[in-house]
Order: sequence, then structure tokens, then C-alpha cells
Amino acid sequence: MCVAAPMKVIEIDGDNIRAELGGVTKDARLDVIDQRPELGDYVIIHAGFALHRIDPEEAKITLGLWKEMGVIDEVPE
Amino acid sequence: MKYLSEYRDSSLALKMADRIRGISKKPARFMEICGTHTVAIFKNGIRKVLPQHIELVSGPGCPVCVTANRDIDKAIKIARIPDVIVTTFGDMIRVPGSESSLKHEKSLGADVRMVYSTMDALEVARQNPDKKVVFLGIGFETTAPTIAAAVVAAEAEGIQNFLVLSSHKLLPPAMDALLSGGELDVSGFICPGHVSTVIGTAPYEVVVSQYKTPCVVVGFEPLDILQGIYMLASQIEAGEAKVEIQYTRSVSPEGNQNAMNTMFRVFEPCDAPWRGLGVIPKSGLALREAYRAFDADALFDVDVPDSSEPPGCKCGEVLRGVSTPIDCKLFRKLCTQDNPVGPCMVSSEGTCAAYYRYHV
Ligand code: SF4
Repeated sequence: MCVAAPMKVIEIDGDNIRAELGGVTKDARLDVIDQRPELGDYVIIHAGFALHRIDPEEAKITLGLWKEMGVIDEVPE
Repeated sequence: MKYLSEYRDSSLALKMADRIRGISKKPARFMEICGTHTVAIFKNGIRKVLPQHIELVSGPGCPVCVTANRDIDKAIKIARIPDVIVTTFGDMIRVPGSESSLKHEKSLGADVRMVYSTMDALEVARQNPDKKVVFLGIGFETTAPTIAAAVVAAEAEGIQNFLVLSSHKLLPPAMDALLSGGELDVSGFICPGHVSTVIGTAPYEVVVSQYKTPCVVVGFEPLDILQGIYMLASQIEAGEAKVEIQYTRSVSPEGNQNAMNTMFRVFEPCDAPWRGLGVIPKSGLALREAYRAFDADALFDVDVPDSSEPPGCKCGEVLRGVSTPIDCKLFRKLCTQDNPVGPCMVSSEGTCAAYYRYHV
């Protein structure tokens, strides 16, 4: 029940959004999110609420760390 | 998600495991607090790629599992009251209390409904104005803000028949209880990614300064988990204990203030009973005075006798990280996924269910 997953925002209507990942869509509310998303952003959805707008730059910075460790050859664009 | 394939790439995972082997010499035992981590670790075979001297142990982070029998007994008693509809999250319905379960009560005629979100429970309340709709609220800091948001929405809309039976729990006090008990032997914590998305990292600073136990906040993809273990192992090798965030795309040190404010607008910390851990001070959430009208506990005031645990079930010890399901005599024999004896087998995030499905 605790599972939360990143999904892509495909519709925004006031405080309600619809999000999608791998063909699954879910509706969620924005009441407790930290930063309002825009269409195309990824958000973490848990129990019908979006909790967080994912920062794609951070995902890339982490890949940069892997490169330094020699785990990945190139950070993809 | 952009880059998601990298975070799941098995050849990169093997390289990351190699890097762990490259730096880690000292024996270490890391506890993953969160049930979602437990499942991800088993599903992705993480234990198998780690060096032998690194051991992983599961902790108390499955909300269904840590709900005390007393709270389940209370929900059952409320479900028996006429004109009450009890709503809750899926797995909770199947968890046995002292002598019944919500599922069993449903088969006897009680109106018990599974919902995906509190907003669905609120909708049930809207559609049944002549009934009291009670939401059995379980979950940690990830979930509690969503319950609080529903209470705020109910207040704004003037919905008067929506009530919350709060069995919410806060994770940092449980970590403190585990460490101060002296029974637990861990060298580091794999801290929960989504709880920390809400609470940030300040609570772990206390753990680090008081117990000198490294804490790394970790995401849920295979590469996240392995990198998190790498970071913990690096701290162990360097003789350090600090708070670090591996899951930076979701977690900031300050957390989600909006969610925290909503949670603490509606709830206040209270002492709470945990399965296996007993009563932990300030580890639960009770509705504040201003929201008493939404408090099922205040309205029904049901009294439950002392609860009893299923005989032979070691869930309590499993949740404290001092036993594994393998140590339980009932595991795979009397206790299976089709016929679960305790909540750690009922819940999809329970440690016993994870061992049952993935441990060979
Ligand atoms: S295997 Fe079953 S009986 Fe044993 S501890 Fe786990 S849930 Fe309880």
C-alpha cells in the first residue's frame, strides 16, 4: 500500500491531474505536492496524491557520479 | 521517465556491485526500513550480488505489519456498529486481529470497503449521507499527509459523516526505539525514499549523532539500492557516520513542507503501540482538538479487551530485525500466502511475504 511511483503528467485540471506510465493511467490530487508540475513533468504518486515533482537534472547528476565510479561510460543526453 | 532504463540496467547493476566489492572489506549489516525496499531487494536479486560480508536485514517499515492488533480489533468493533461503513487500504482488510478480520466481518454482513485513496473514501461519505464512513488510516509520513488533505477537504465541503481512525505512524521514533533497545545490531540504515521525500533528512541527523549509525536515503530502482549500499559501505570503511541522500531526484534535506504542514495541521504526535515494538513515545498521529469532529476514536469510544497475537507467529521479532521468517516454525508450513497467519505474510510489503515469494 505504501508503494509510490513516478508517472508522467498528461492532464492538469485545477488541483486534479492525470498521469501515465507504461500505459497505466492514474488520477491524483495536488493538495500536498511540493511544487506544481507542468504537463510532461514526472511526479511521484502515492494513494491518489502527487507528492513530489521529480527533478530530471538530479537524475542526470546521479548518472554523472556513476561515470566517475566507472559504472557507466557516458551520461546519455 | 528519462534515464529510468539506466536505473534498471542489469549490466550496470553488476558493475555497481563490483564497485561495492572493490571498496568494502569490513563486515556490515544494513537494515532497510521500508517494506517497498524489502520487496525491491528481493525482486531484483540484490542480496545475491553483494559480497558475503554485507548482510541486509528488514526492518519495521511495512505499515500493515506494524499496526497493533489492538487497532485492528478496534476497527472490527466499529465495523459491527449499525450504519457504519469502514474503508481502508487493500491489505489491511485481510489482516487477522485477535479473533476476526475486517474481511471476515464483511462476510458476516459488515460494510467494509477497500479504497485506493482517501478521496475515494470521501466520495463514499458523499454518497451515503445517512451513514458514518470511517477510514482506517494506516501508513507512515508518506501517507499521513494524504489522509490529512482529505480531512481538510471534508471540512471545507462541510462533509460531516467522514471519520478517521488514525493508526498512522512516524518512522524516526521507531528507529530510535530499535537502537536504544540495544537488541539490534546494525551498522547502517537504508532510509526510506518516499517517507524522506516528505520529512527530509533532519530526523536522521539525530540518529547519526546519537548512535553513530550511518544513514543513506535511497531510491527504489536496482541501481539506486546498490549505489545506496555503496555509499553506506564507503562510510563504514572510512569510519564515518553521516546522513547522505542517494535519491536526490526525489529527496531534499528540507523535505516537502507543504505535505508536512498539512499533516501537522490535522494531526499531532501521540504515543502509539507498534506490533513487536510496544508503545513508542510520540510515534503515532492523533487528530488535533480542532479536528475532533473527524475523529472516529472520539465519536465511538469503543473499548477493546487485551489483544492476543497468533500463537507461534514471530512477526514482532521479524519487524525488530532480530529474526528472519526462516526462523519461524510456521513459515511455509502453516503460514503461506494463501493462508497467512500473521500480517508480515498478509501484506504485499511484508518481510515474510517477500521471503515466501523470492527466497529460495
Ligand atoms: S511466517 Fe507467518 S507466522 Fe511466521 S512470523 Fe511470518 S507471518 Fe508470522
